[in-house]
Amino acid sequence: MLAYIARRFLILIPTLLGVSVIVFLLLQLTPGDPAELLLGERATKASLEQMREHLGLNKPIHVQYAMFLKRLMKGDLGETIWTRQKVWIEVKQRFPATIELSVAALLISCFFGVILGIVSATKQYSLFDYVSMLGALAGVSMPIFWLALVFMLIFSLNLGWLPMSGRLSVGVELETITRFYVIDALITGNGEALKDVLWHLIMPAATLSTIPMAIVARMTRSAMLEVLRQDYIKTAKAKGLSNMRVIFKHGLRNALIPVVTTIGLQFGVMLGGAILTETIFAWPGVGKWMYDAVMQRDYMVIQGGVLFIATLFVLINLCVDVLYAVINPRISVR
Amino acid sequence: MTPALRTARRDPRDRHPLLEQLGQLWRNKTAVLGLGIITVFVCAAVSAPWISPHNPVETSLYDQLKPPVWHDKGTWTHVLGTDELGRDLLSRIIYGARVSLLVAVISVGLAFTLGTLLGCISGYYKGLSDGIIMRIMDMILAFPYLLLAIVVVAYLGPSLQNAMMAIGITYVPRFARIVRGSVLEECGKDYVMAARAVGANDMRILFLAILPNCLGPLIVQTTLSMASAVLDAAALSFLGLGAQPPTPEWGAMIARSRALILRASWVMTFPGIAILMAVLGFNLLGDGLRDALDPRLRD
Repeated sequence: MLAYIARRFLILIPTLLGVSVIVFLLLQLTPGDPAELLLGERATKASLEQMREHLGLNKPIHVQYAMFLKRLMKGDLGETIWTRQKVWIEVKQRFPATIELSVAALLISCFFGVILGIVSATKQYSLFDYVSMLGALAGVSMPIFWLALVFMLIFSLNLGWLPMSGRLSVGVELETITRFYVIDALITGNGEALKDVLWHLIMPAATLSTIPMAIVARMTRSAMLEVLRQDYIKTAKAKGLSNMRVIFKHGLRNALIPVVTTIGLQFGVMLGGAILTETIFAWPGVGKWMYDAVMQRDYMVIQGGVLFIATLFVLINLCVDVLYAVINPRISVR
Repeated sequence: MTPALRTARRDPRDRHPLLEQLGQLWRNKTAVLGLGIITVFVCAAVSAPWISPHNPVETSLYDQLKPPVWHDKGTWTHVLGTDELGRDLLSRIIYGARVSLLVAVISVGLAFTLGTLLGCISGYYKGLSDGIIMRIMDMILAFPYLLLAIVVVAYLGPSLQNAMMAIGITYVPRFARIVRGSVLEECGKDYVMAARAVGANDMRILFLAILPNCLGPLIVQTTLSMASAVLDAAALSFLGLGAQPPTPEWGAMIARSRALILRASWVMTFPGIAILMAVLGFNLLGDGLRDALDPRLRD
């Protein structure tokens, strides 16, 4: 098992190198060069030349890439163009918000997706099955940025139940320790803040969970159907076990193997979808930060954000692969 | 003539297996529904200049934010109402079908062509070229959904062409992987050996013998990719990275309507429904096609 994980880690290296090559090449597509971006339009020729020298832009492209990679190895993602902050520090400040949102969305989509899938499979071709599967198909086809606005219109503006944007209401005090607000509120035992944080979390998380929920429901249904056809299920039923026991103990356990993989992959996909959700709900995470950077043309931020999200995505996919090997004894890891 | 010889000759009533399978599509209700929805959108897109009641980009100061016809103040002149510049929403949605379908066809077309070519080279020649191509595909797949497209457009500058290109590039690996897998599988079969034995060159074997046998999964992937291309293009335009004003594009229409969400919710509602229906149409058809053509791919 350890050897398998180690080997998977080794395969990670060329992939991450590839990611860095793509990000590096994208920077070359930038209109103008970084020196002009950093110094602005009114820079003198001499100062531009000096900046290019300083950034190493006069060197051949492969040398530039080597320098870029060397900086990356040291964890140096450069400085933002507008605020002159270290990109890495900005990422560190924002990623807990994104992770919190994605995990909340993942929990929602797993819970409802798996339940919908199981009920649909056990009542195949019933009205419930048709309605939920059509709903799941609509969920897969949903423009989530539109759904977010519909939610806002209904739950914030018309009913006034949920806050429209942000992570915390103005005036609510919360000491930030981990920057995961739910955890912070729990650690400090701040009940008022916890309620406020959860209230803010519901709508963005529900929006972000739509597509994964639909995918998980469809996956669970077909995996369950596949399993329920097997002989050992018949045996279990013939032994006189209760329906619930057959479905959950014998059926679900085997059906979950492909479902877990799907769920893991969806977690990664959500990191991309977070850009849309965070932008709409003014959620102060990496996605909103990157969107603002795209609008302001802060290429250093875009570069740092992409590197961060892509690395996280690759790592999650690796975890999913390992997890798959762990829960599925039929897969030989050697 | 002996019976054995007669069976060897091709019976004109024999249909191509692919057509046979496609014929089964008619029995699949969801697929037919999907095909119906897509047909409506395609008809709307093709005949937009004749069926849309107004010019989609013409502004009218007197007709700002007119509600749809079923509202108390609605009129039949603007069935779905107007936006903040007095432009007719129905006409904009009809013309929007043109933009969305065009973007989907071009970006998926790009991904299909590139992906199929790369997949063929990879699966047929194997070895070094296979290794290099598949590693490049892995690199593209290392970026989560939409992120790479957003970043490519951010660097190239926001426009519909750049959005199409960005979406096209991010979809290449799907096609390349499917084609490579099918070609690898088909290469070992006897008919390929036979074709090689009679002296057919590589191009002929690949495109006339092998590729037609990989069409099933390719058709399914194309249909499902059309669905996600419509969705992604709308998302990019919503973020201001795709279609630029005054182009009537569904995602961009929703983005502009955010400020009016309370005063005129219809400006936001209809473009969203249009996106949902178009994507649903392609997904329904894709699911049906998958059941008919490629039972292995069922999820």
